[in-house]
Amino acid sequence: MTLHAERVSWRRGGALVVDGVTVQPAPGSTVALLGPNGSGKSSLLRLLQGVARPDTGTVTLDGADLSGMRRREIARAVATVTQHAETDADIIVRDVVRLGRTPHRPLLGGDTAEDERAIDRALAHVGLTEKARQRWHTLSGGERQRAHIARALAQEPRELLLDEPTNHLDIRHQLELLALVAELPVTAVIALHDLNLAAMFCDVVLVLRSGRVVAGGPPADVLTPALIADVYGVRAHVAHDHVSGRISVAFQAGAPEPLHVAP
Amino acid sequence: MALALSVAVAVTLGPADVSLVNVRDILLNHLRLADIPVRAAEDAIVWEERLPRALVAAACGAGLGLCGAILQSLLRNPLADPFVLGVSSGASTGAVLIGVLGIGGGALGVSGGAFIGALAAFGVVLLLARFSTGGTSSVVLAGVASTQFFSALTSLVVFGFADADETRGVMFWLLGSLEGMRWDDVVLLSVVVAAGGVICIASARSLDAFAFGEDVAASLGIHVARTRVLLLVLTALLTAALVSVAGAIGFVGLVLPHAARLLFGQLHSRVIPATAALGAVFMVWVDAASRVVFAPTPLPVGVGTALVGVPVFVLLLVRRRGHA
Repeated sequence: MTLHAERVSWRRGGALVVDGVTVQPAPGSTVALLGPNGSGKSSLLRLLQGVARPDTGTVTLDGADLSGMRRREIARAVATVTQHAETDADIIVRDVVRLGRTPHRPLLGGDTAEDERAIDRALAHVGLTEKARQRWHTLSGGERQRAHIARALAQEPRELLLDEPTNHLDIRHQLELLALVAELPVTAVIALHDLNLAAMFCDVVLVLRSGRVVAGGPPADVLTPALIADVYGVRAHVAHDHVSGRISVAFQAGAPEPLHVAP
Repeated sequence: MALALSVAVAVTLGPADVSLVNVRDILLNHLRLADIPVRAAEDAIVWEERLPRALVAAACGAGLGLCGAILQSLLRNPLADPFVLGVSSGASTGAVLIGVLGIGGGALGVSGGAFIGALAAFGVVLLLARFSTGGTSSVVLAGVASTQFFSALTSLVVFGFADADETRGVMFWLLGSLEGMRWDDVVLLSVVVAAGGVICIASARSLDAFAFGEDVAASLGIHVARTRVLLLVLTALLTAALVSVAGAIGFVGLVLPHAARLLFGQLHSRVIPATAALGAVFMVWVDAASRVVFAPTPLPVGVGTALVGVPVFVLLLVRRRGHA
């Protein structure tokens, strides 16, 4: 059992931003949410996180409806990394990661040895142990994003939701970050723009358009030139690497053939 | 410790000379721990005048500091202070409406008017913030807008209806004044500030979680809307109580939390008690200074806090630039 969304719909400011979406990631798998801007990726993540409630349908965690659970309870199982979360606070990396222990701690009282161990493990996992005492503002963009992942890991979640975690990162950091996430012993749902990153690191991709799922499955099955033309309105060549079984997408200038243009 | 010492020393300062030993004797007498002969005049000055005043100053400093620390974290705005919610200007309007126009027929008193005005202004700010997008910056904007509005309203009443004496009284009150504090003021404010302090310390972890914004706080298991409303209402009540007793004392809530962060780091479990303690000591000294410097004419304590607070604040700003 894990985090499931069952035919969820969400109307936000009059517009239907999520429309009858079902997500059922296999435990431990890495799922990419794809789709153009405004297709409902972030909104779907908000529903999965339980910070917004669907108008219809249900999001369940181990079979229990998320809307009936306390936020602390959810936060012990589901962690989120948003894009570009920043702070003005003059805070050290270890204290940022320490925030991840928030849902595990009582109202009053200090950190336990278990808290410290979880923080150590999380820092080691993302390779920031050496930088634990550094100030947040001295970190590079890639390091900040890794610190956020460490903060999420300190929550000791089973599910990790990431909203475009690779934005603003250079290519090496993008690859490192997603390799890290794919290796984590959690179920990960990642909203992504880059189809190649999704193809490289994710077990399953879910393609959204106007809040609806238009395709889902292993990247090699889903990401065809026809679908890319249909959903994104661009021309693409998809190459299959027979050794790795992975695909790669190369975009081409010019509009796709009229046949494939979405109505 | 530092606070107790500050209060004790502050009590000795003033036009009538009272030594620390005298103060100790007077305190011991009143606590029924001793029966030491002291002069009645000194006893009256210390017990009826300076001590309650110093204690109210300490409570105000602690309370305003707490409000500032909470608001700066909650609204993620380093310029937020208790008056950003429009509470103090609302209090002034309430006070002048009662004090100058005599609305309510004296049943309420100027303090009651200030309290009601403060809460009314806070209500207006929350409504305004709700009608706009509802984010934290809209709370700040709504606060600034309603501050301007209520200040204008206050000026209108003073300009249109107050005579010279009343104007002087209102001015004094607008700038913050600890003249004529009594023991019931001390009891009221200590209870309010202590209760507020306990809630603030209990919320320290939640406030830490707000460092990266509300989305991150929510993902850490914080009930964002509930926490925000609870703490906003708490700061509004606290500020309203302080302002209705002591008037609008500026800059304590703005500057002291920054000073506490510079000295004790960012974690709220340390910032909150540190701000309260620093605020209390700071106010006791500023108040003592404002009594003594221009004696026998007392300076409104708000003038003192601003005169000390603004340079400190500029220093902090410059330091901040240096970091970035």
